[in-house]
Amino acid sequence: MTLDLIFFLILSLIAITTALGMLFSRNAIYSALFLVLNFVTVAVFYLLLGAPFIAMAQITVYAGAIMVLFLFVIMLLGAEALPETQALPAQKYLAGGLAIALAVESTFIFLTRARPAGEIAAPAEAVNTLANLRELGQMLFSHYLLPFEVTSILLLVAMVGAIVLVRKEKRVH
Amino acid sequence: MVPVNYYIVLSAILFTIGVLGVLTHRNALIIFMSVELMLNAANLAFVAFGSAIQSFSGQIFVFFVIAVAAAEVAVGLALIVEIFKSKRSIDVDQISSMKG
Repeated sequence: MTLDLIFFLILSLIAITTALGMLFSRNAIYSALFLVLNFVTVAVFYLLLGAPFIAMAQITVYAGAIMVLFLFVIMLLGAEALPETQALPAQKYLAGGLAIALAVESTFIFLTRARPAGEIAAPAEAVNTLANLRELGQMLFSHYLLPFEVTSILLLVAMVGAIVLVRKEKRVH
Repeated sequence: MVPVNYYIVLSAILFTIGVLGVLTHRNALIIFMSVELMLNAANLAFVAFGSAIQSFSGQIFVFFVIAVAAAEVAVGLALIVEIFKSKRSIDVDQISSMKG
């Protein structure tokens, strides 16, 4: 068992535990904090996979911006703990059964049909150098230029939409 | 050396936990967080496959997914705040005025 594999197993244990913690927390604030920990763990996975840029984007955008927005809204609405409402009978068991079926099926199809071959070696020194990042940027601005621009328009539309939604209605006399 | 398969299985497990969250919770905010978890699991699979075939495409896709997730969260949370203002609740069972 190599050091990489041990590292991977410990990290995946943390990732699954925090995801389950998010699922079973009674308080929405704890759920959000568990999710932050999960995102940070996944960022470490990205570093293991040799994707330092995505790892940093994950931490700044997901763990930083998005989850702070979530915490802000939870505290603003005071929606930490909702009273338990009557769900469908046996909904929890039904959902659990369906989820297990989904996990087994998706894993089975991935591993038999997609047949991902090979192993991921520890990222070489070259992965973390500037040249690698420059290559990523060049690909983003040449081959993927159109999606990049469309993304900027999408962000603009989302921003305008959010402002319009929460704006106070002005009374028209 | 970690086989790609391990990453794919981990990704499937995280995705399933996200699905479970959407199926069992009533709180709209927690449902939303579960959706984020599912996006994250898909991102992990993207980067793992990209790393396995020594290509940047996986990372660039994840970059776009992160941007779309940010846009989605901004609009979604604005909607949740609005729904809370009019209904005084974010329980998804309460939001049924459109039900026939």
